Formats: sequence, C-alpha cells, structure tokens
Amino acid sequence: MWGYLLRRLFESALILLGITFVTFLLLYLVPADPARQIAGRSATAATVANIRDQLGLNDPLVTQYWRYLTGLAQGDMGRSYLQRAEVSSLIASRLPASLLLMVSAIVTELIIGLTIGVVAALRRNRPVDHTLMIFSFVAISAPQFVIGILLLYVFAVQLGWFPIGGYGTFAHLVLPSVTLGLLGAGWYSRMMRSSMIEVLNQDLVRTARAKGLSKLRIVTRHVMPNAILPIIAMIGIDIGLFMSGIVVVESVFGWPGIGQLAWQAIQRVDIPVIMGVTMVSATAIVLGNLIADLVAPLIDPRIKTK
Amino acid sequence: MKNILLSGIAGIALTASGALAQVDEDAPQGGEMAVTYQDDVATLDPAIGYDWQNWSMIKSLFDGLMGYEPGTTKLRNELAESVDVSEDGLTHTFTLKDGIKFHNGREIVAEDVKYSLERVTNPETRSPGAGFFGMIAGFDTWNAGEGEGLSGISVIDDKTVEITLSRPDATFGHVMALNFASIVPREAVEEAGEDFGRQPVGSGAFRLAEWTPGQQLVFERFDEYHRAGVPKLDRVSFNIGLEPTVALLRIQNGDADVPGDGIPPAQFLQVVNDAEYEDQIVEGGQLQTGYITMNTQMAPFDNVDVRKAMNMAINKDRIVQMINNRAVPANQPLPPSMPGYDESYEGYAYDPEAARQMLADAGFPDGFETELFVMNVDPNPRIAQAIQQDLSEIGVTAEIRSLAQANVIAAGGEADQAPMIWSGGMAWIADFPDPSNFYGPILGCAGATPGGWNWSWYCNEEIDARATEADAMVGDEAAREDAWRQIYVDIMDDAPWVPIFNEQRFTLHSDNVAGDDSLFVDPVHIPVNYDYIYSTGAQ
Repeated sequence: MWGYLLRRLFESALILLGITFVTFLLLYLVPADPARQIAGRSATAATVANIRDQLGLNDPLVTQYWRYLTGLAQGDMGRSYLQRAEVSSLIASRLPASLLLMVSAIVTELIIGLTIGVVAALRRNRPVDHTLMIFSFVAISAPQFVIGILLLYVFAVQLGWFPIGGYGTFAHLVLPSVTLGLLGAGWYSRMMRSSMIEVLNQDLVRTARAKGLSKLRIVTRHVMPNAILPIIAMIGIDIGLFMSGIVVVESVFGWPGIGQLAWQAIQRVDIPVIMGVTMVSATAIVLGNLIADLVAPLIDPRIKTK
Repeated sequence: MKNILLSGIAGIALTASGALAQVDEDAPQGGEMAVTYQDDVATLDPAIGYDWQNWSMIKSLFDGLMGYEPGTTKLRNELAESVDVSEDGLTHTFTLKDGIKFHNGREIVAEDVKYSLERVTNPETRSPGAGFFGMIAGFDTWNAGEGEGLSGISVIDDKTVEITLSRPDATFGHVMALNFASIVPREAVEEAGEDFGRQPVGSGAFRLAEWTPGQQLVFERFDEYHRAGVPKLDRVSFNIGLEPTVALLRIQNGDADVPGDGIPPAQFLQVVNDAEYEDQIVEGGQLQTGYITMNTQMAPFDNVDVRKAMNMAINKDRIVQMINNRAVPANQPLPPSMPGYDESYEGYAYDPEAARQMLADAGFPDGFETELFVMNVDPNPRIAQAIQQDLSEIGVTAEIRSLAQANVIAAGGEADQAPMIWSGGMAWIADFPDPSNFYGPILGCAGATPGGWNWSWYCNEEIDARATEADAMVGDEAAREDAWRQIYVDIMDDAPWVPIFNEQRFTLHSDNVAGDDSLFVDPVHIPVNYDYIYSTGAQ
C-alpha cells in the first residue's frame, strides 16, 4: 500500500510538472504581447521594450521557464501584470470561497442525485422513474449559465427567498450550490439507478428476501451500501468537473472565488494569474483523482493496488 | 455586447448636445449609492489604471492640477489656483491652492507635483500613460532610464511649480487633467510599494474606506476636500462580481442604483421601451468611432481606388439597425461630438453599383478574395457577416477570421497579417477631447510600426507634418480646429478606413439618485460622475 501511494504521488508530481510545461508553452505562444498590453496604446516602442526587459520577456523560453519553476518551488508564483499584487496572495484570498462552494455543491449533488437514483430504481419503468430520469437528463444537458439565471429569477427576484448574487451568508450559498451541484446530481441519479438495479438483481438480495427481511432493511442495509461504491470513487473525479463549472457559476452569482479571478485574468491576458489559477486547479484535479484511486481499493477489496 | 475595451483604453464621452451642463452645485449632501460591476477593479493607482472601470473611480479618489467642469469637456483648474503660460507657450507656471490636503491629512506642496509627474514617467513605474508626457522637457532621457528626473519641472517654492515644454503643445492642459497626472503623496507610495493600487491615497472628493477583493469597494466622503459642498453623497459602494443581467435584476429590485457595465444587450430593447424606465435612462454621445481598416501596404488595398470602392460598398444603416440603434452611422474618423468634426463633409455614399464599377476600373472586374479580422465577441461577428454580405455584392469574397481580442490586435500590428479588420470591441475611444487624439497612434506614421495601432499601415508624410504643425498652434483654438478638420477630410481622400458608426451611450440609474442628465453621461467620468450626483433621500 505505501509503495503504491509513493508511486502514485510521484506520478502526480510528474503530471503537474508536465502541466506547468504545457501551460507555459501555450501562454508563451499566444501572439498577444503582455508588455504591449501593459504599455497601452499611447506607449512608444521604447516604453514597450523597457517593460519587456523588466519582466524578463526577452529571455529565451528555457530561461523564463526555469525562472518560473524555481519560483514555483519556493511558493512564488510571481506578480500579476495588471494588479501588481502577488499571485499567491490573490489566489489565497479567493480559494476559501471556491472551496466552500465546491464542498457545498458536492453535498447538494449527493443528496439530490442519490435520492433520485434510489427512488427511480425502486420504481423502475414506472411513471415516477420516467419523470425523474427526464429531470436528470435536463439537469445534465442544460447550460449552467441558464440554470443559474433561471434560479435567480424565480427564487431571488420573484419569490425573494434568496439574495440576488453575492457572498457572505448561508442564504447566499444556496443557489450557487444548487446550480453547480445539479449537473453532478443528474449524473449521480443515473449511476445510482443503474447501480441499484444491478445490485437488486444479485443473489444477495434474493437471499435476504428469502430470510424474510423487510424491504426497507434490504434496501438500506444490503442494496445501498453495495450500490454506492462506484459513486464514492467518482467524487474525486468530480473536482475536475467543478473546476470548469465554477468559472461559469461564480460569474453568474458574483461569487468571489478563483473561477472569477481566472475569467478576468484571461480577458486581460494577465499571464502570471492565468498560470497560477491553472496550477491550483490542476493540483486539485490531480489530487482528486489520486484520492479517488486510493479510496477505491479500500471500499472494494477486489480492486488491487498493484 | 459587453463593451470589452482593452485594458489600456480609457474612454471619454461627450454629451450629445455639447452644451455646458447646468449642474446643481447646491444639491443636498448625504445619502449613498450602489454601483454594480462584473469584474474586480484591477488597480486604483492613477499611474497604472487605464480601463473604463477604474478611470472614473480614480477621478473621484485623486485630483490633478487640472480637471473638467462636471458634465462637460471644459477644462478648469483643480489643485491649481492659477496657471500662467509664457508667450512662446513653452513655460507653464502653476500656483497651488491654499489648504489642499491628501487623504492622510498632509498638505499638498509643489514638490508633490514634481514627484508625481516623475513617478508616472519613470520607466520603472511601467505606466501605460507615460507616453502622454512626451512634451515635457527632459522626458526622453528620463523615460529612457537616464538622468535624475524631468529636467523640465522645477519647484519654485511650496506653492509654485514651473513646467517647461520641449515644444509648444496645445494639448498640454488636457494632459495635465488625465488621471496619469494625478498628484500622489510620496510617503504613501513608498510605504505601499507595489500595493499602492490597493491602498490608494489621493486628494479627491472620496477616499477608499474598504476593499474586499471580488466583493466590494466602499468610497467615503473626504471631509477636507478642497471644494466646499462636494461630493454630494456620503458613500458610494461598488458591488463587484455581478454579471450585467444579474445587475439589472438588482436594479429592478431596488438593491442597486447604477449598472456600471451598462444595460445588457440582450435586454436593451426591453429596458429602453419600458415606460417604467423612461425617466431613468440618459442617452449621450461618445468620443468613439467604429471602423474597418484596410492595410494600405497589402495588395489589393495598396490601390486607393479599391479602398474607395470598399467605402461605397458597405450599408452602414443596416449595421446600426443590427445593434438596435445604439450608434449613429459615421463618414469620417472623428465622432460628431469631437471638436474638428466636419458637419458639411458627406463622405462616400452607399452605392454598390458605383463601387463595382470602380473596382472594375481599378483592374478587378471579378473582385478578389481577402480576409476580414474581427474580435469574437457579440455583436462583432454578426457585424462582420453583414460586411461580408455587402462585399459579396460587389464581387469581393471576404473570409471572416474571428479571433480573441489580443490576437486581432497582434495581427493588426504586423505589416502583412490582416488585410481588413473590423475594429468593434477594440475601437478607438479618445483619451481626452481633442482632435489630435484620433491621429497619431491610429492614422499617423508613428503608429505604423510593428505592434502599433495603425492597422491600416497608413503613412502620409505630408499629413504627418501638418498634424505636428496643428499641435503647435497654441492659443488660437479656432484655427487649430480648422487645421485638424481639414486633415481628417484629406485623410478620407486616401480612404485608409471605412468609418462605420459612432456608438451612443445609455446610462440607466435608479430613482434614488439624481442630478443633471450630463452627470450620467459625463464625458470624462464613465459610467457617471460620482462626485456630483446626489441622493433623492438626502435633506
């Protein structure tokens, strides 16, 4: 187990190193010249050259990349071209909001998704099942931007139950979490349904029934624990899904997280910030996958850690 | 379209009438206002901030020697009590007002003026505005990183500073009213270092009381402001992170007063036609022109007749309709509200028949194939399609290259990349209300360099010489305006652009705030003039 863990950690570090290289290369190849962006339209060629020089943009790619890597190793992600603040402090000030939103979205998607999945499986091929599956289909397909605006309009503007975007209280958290969690809820309800159906058809259920156990007890004690296994393994992978989702959801609800930061940095070609957010998201995704892989053998001994 | 400007573009707009505003100086003080924005504020450092969002905020936090009458483009003294210009136009002697203070309580002295102007032109500051100060003596060496400051600025005593120019320049007053010329206290700048943009200390009507990144900024009245009775409001809060559609919901709900990003395009017609908002929408002109550039160094646009034919081929009225009449058709580089605009100039009328004939005469009876670069944010691709259709009418096949803003700008800055560019989303907006501001970088020889903004790569040395001459005409405004008027009309004879339209500005505000209409479409304060708007709830 420890050998496996070490190997996986090493692999993850390699993947992250690869990501730094690919991202750096992509941003380096972008035709937009950051110095020119900073210098503005009224700048003379000399001013632009001076800025390029100060930012070290004239150095060869390898030198720039090495400088970035050595900085990164010391936790220094550079300073924002535009805001001139340290990227690490910009990200640190916004990370808690994003984490809160993610955790709350995971809870939301599990509650909604698992409930729907269980009910649909138990009422298989009946109207309830069909209705719920159509709902989950809509939840998967509808753009998060549309869902977000719709929820805001109905629950914040018309009914006045929640504030119209913003951050601060539990009430602010509800609508963004539901918007972000709905997509996952759609997937989970479908997975939970098929997983439940699979388990319901297994011998253990027949045996339990033969023993004369109540239906409720069979479902809660025997079916659900078995059916839920593949889902737990999915949560880690979800983090990647959320990383793309928060960019949209945070901008709809005015949630001050790193998704919002990323979106603004991209619009303004603020390369150090783009790099920083990319690295943080990549680390989160790699960690999520790592956790998913580590947890899987614990909950299902049939998966070997080799 | 969310009006995404370059991070490096400060906008200036004009009231449609151009008349002097009747700003109620005696309006009651008190109350507050909430403004919404989608993006967080990049910086509040006046030497660095150069976008349409922080431009107006910085104006309320800082003051320079010069400023503008609220709601107009008329220059007035701000921190300066008086300005004395020598006969040759080269020496400007500024006397400071008495008892003017920074937000930290220290009195402003002439040394602060010298420090502030040397800071913005210091290459280490990396200010996007440094280039504006090129007329001050000693700029070239100091901005190149040599010498000890600007030799043209000398402090006579605590109240007097003398600025010497290397050439007479009629725009100097406007330059001293730019945010970049704001006066900053050295001790606060040095203490905050790179974070001065987060902890700004100025002498403006408001001071920054609170800034929670990604959430909100709060401005509070500066009690020791040098103009009595200003600002009107006690507090202005900026709520950040609100998508324009969401911002509109907040306004409807009474939770916000002004949507800083404007009325979202998708809801524009609905809002403008809603009787409820009739008294709450103010329309004004803008010092902006949207145009198509044709690269005069690339075939076939190196042929002036081809460029003229293009000018006759585009149906501008239809394009204006496409954007819900949020603009007026243009026929020359300058917008109508800019001094120097030629009202009698008729331009090239829309006439596809004549355009086709002209192309045939120029040697292209079957038209040609070309590329049209465009920024990939709505409505620009749609406008590009309309242009494409119009061009196909005269036999020209234009392939649309729809790219991110930075990529279009990069292509325009190369001599042989982009035959045609539709400027929408990146279009020129004046930095200050003077006709010269539409020439140098976008139509002059200086801009026709790699990485420049003259995407037509148009360089007419005769006109360049006349432009330099016009800017030296200090003192005779009318003659100078005539000179510029003629320059732009003559440029249209060379037809490096197809001018398409001038955007109009529409500001929505709640009925909690009031003031003269001109304050809501203030030429130098976008979206609104925070200093003079008052609360209807104040007594």
